[in-house]
Amino acid sequence: MAEERTQGSGSYSTSRTVLVGSLIGLLLAVIGIRILIDREGGQKVLASIYDLLGNTAGAEALRNGQGDQFFAKLLLAAIALLVGVGGIWLLFTAASSLVERLRPGIRDRILPWVFVAPAVVLLGIYLVYPAVVTVIGSFLDKKGAFTLDNWASLATPPFVEILRNNILWLLVATSGSVGLGLLTAALFDRIRRESLAKVFVFMPLAISLVGATVIWKFVYAWQPPSQPQYGLLNAIWTGLPFGFQPIPWATQFPINLPSEMIILIWLQTGFAMVVFSAAIKGVSTEIIEAARLDGASERQLFLKVVVPMIRGTIVTVTTTVAIVTLKIFDIVMSISGGRNHDDVVAVRMFGEMFQFFNDGRAAALATVLFIAVLPVMILNLRNFRRQAAM
Amino acid sequence: MSAPAEPIAQAKERTRFWRAPMLQSAPLRISVFVICFLWTLPTAGLFVSSFRNPQLITQTGWWTALIHPFEQGWTLQNYQQVIGSNGMGEAFLNSLIVTIPATVIPITIAAFAAYAFAWIPFRGRGILFTIVVALLVVPLQMALIPILKLYSGLSLYGTFVGIWLAHTAFGLPLAIFLLYNFMSQLPRDLFESAAIDGASAFQTFIRIVLPLSIPALGAFAIFQFLWVWNDLLVALVFLGPGVDVRVMPTALFNLLGAYGGAWHLLTAGAFLTMLVPLIVFLALQRAFVRGILAGSVKS
Repeated sequence: MAEERTQGSGSYSTSRTVLVGSLIGLLLAVIGIRILIDREGGQKVLASIYDLLGNTAGAEALRNGQGDQFFAKLLLAAIALLVGVGGIWLLFTAASSLVERLRPGIRDRILPWVFVAPAVVLLGIYLVYPAVVTVIGSFLDKKGAFTLDNWASLATPPFVEILRNNILWLLVATSGSVGLGLLTAALFDRIRRESLAKVFVFMPLAISLVGATVIWKFVYAWQPPSQPQYGLLNAIWTGLPFGFQPIPWATQFPINLPSEMIILIWLQTGFAMVVFSAAIKGVSTEIIEAARLDGASERQLFLKVVVPMIRGTIVTVTTTVAIVTLKIFDIVMSISGGRNHDDVVAVRMFGEMFQFFNDGRAAALATVLFIAVLPVMILNLRNFRRQAAM
Repeated sequence: MSAPAEPIAQAKERTRFWRAPMLQSAPLRISVFVICFLWTLPTAGLFVSSFRNPQLITQTGWWTALIHPFEQGWTLQNYQQVIGSNGMGEAFLNSLIVTIPATVIPITIAAFAAYAFAWIPFRGRGILFTIVVALLVVPLQMALIPILKLYSGLSLYGTFVGIWLAHTAFGLPLAIFLLYNFMSQLPRDLFESAAIDGASAFQTFIRIVLPLSIPALGAFAIFQFLWVWNDLLVALVFLGPGVDVRVMPTALFNLLGAYGGAWHLLTAGAFLTMLVPLIVFLALQRAFVRGILAGSVKS
């Protein structure tokens, strides 16, 4: 122990090389960022390297958008990774070793700010400032004058439909994921190969929503009745002995709404299951045994003992899934772009920004989402205050 | 009452409190099997189809390929086409360029900030951290319009640097919150003895706090990596559809729009986008679950 201590205090002295090295590194990072911001950055750098090596033909080809484009891309990737990963560390190292050279009194006052400043600045620029601007923007028209039109337009039929869809998503997709998550957690808890079974339900969580949409669009694929149904669902549907006609599950209103929600439920159930499963295992054995001695059936045991005991977890999972469904974007955007009476707030907001160029209305739609999560935010803050007090 | 002499047996029992005969019950086992089967079936269809002959995909169901596996003309041509002429290869590279820094940068910034919030007293600490907690659930939609305007002014639109910073900022509240929760639980003695040894705050952070926080850092890293890799909205808004910068979800999304019925391309493309997340999932299952559990406060 004693030896370690002395060794430790020796290596704790700040070195000038660290400071100089990190400052030079930062300078290089700045150059790297300039290359990255330039759209032809990779090609230009590789062309300069070719010039240095005397390969003028290769350099010329690159500057004309031909030649070794692939190597230019790889070079760009290398620069990007070096700058992105290394730059942030150099920044903190340089700043700290600079501050540590100051007098102790001043140093101790500045140092915490060196540590929190990047976070505070980024949060300010990317979340706090835009949130204020967006709320204000929802009351401005295209010329920047005050108006209530953006908000008033949300009461017109197309937007009422959008809000209705969001509420349906919120209710159906959330309860579907939470309910199935609870069911699977309860069922899987009773079998031997529990962790293996969980993998199957949990795996979709790793997949992107666009990927999941492609998977399900293929399941829902529709062909005219005369042609073979290669979509799994229609193949089963028309194969049933009732002579059903194939249904365009993914595109025909109103069946498209549940079809889209199933995609999210398929993904989110695994999340709910894992969290519930951990909570169920935390329920004390004594309580279970006591309930059993009182003659509770397995079903009663689950509904009247286990569920009330994990109520806190159920609330947390429900709010988490609810926030995801509220902001649902990828699925609707990939399946139809919201063209089949299945539009939702986030998709319409994207449309207002990039198709209709109506930023005021887009801001109003974003603010609707913000208002919807406000209760959760207040709850979070209250919980945090309570924890901090204890 | 449980026997105190056998804590391990007790812990094992705790995980299985259901009545033993239930373990053997056939209806239970069958329903579990059915659930797992149903959950895997859609992905299996995609996977099988991606290797089928393009014409056959829309002529017969993918399940027939499993019934008659030798009359199918299995092929890798779908992958070749989607990687080459449809730009999935370049999108893959772009996804790596976007995702790795967009994971490392927020973790680094958040780790420094969480350390200061947890262990270095300074004026305004309480208020700043309260703001971080409040920002946890703010929908990122609130940021899109103003940041996009800012970006077109600074010519950051469509650049990797621009999307790194956006993903960093959107991931920061959760990262700071999680790491703070973890770091504030570290024993106080550690910091006192480091101070006695003459370690500066920076050195204490690098040599003591960071190594001890690896579980929390890893959990968040996996969560953020998958979040960024799978993201469509932020990529569409700040990177756009330009082939030289677009990421895999954007490329797949464009494929859906442009060739809605080209299932040989869509199946192969979708499977390519899933490849890295599935590897991460299968290789780091435990940490992955921890990451998901940890990220459950994120919106």
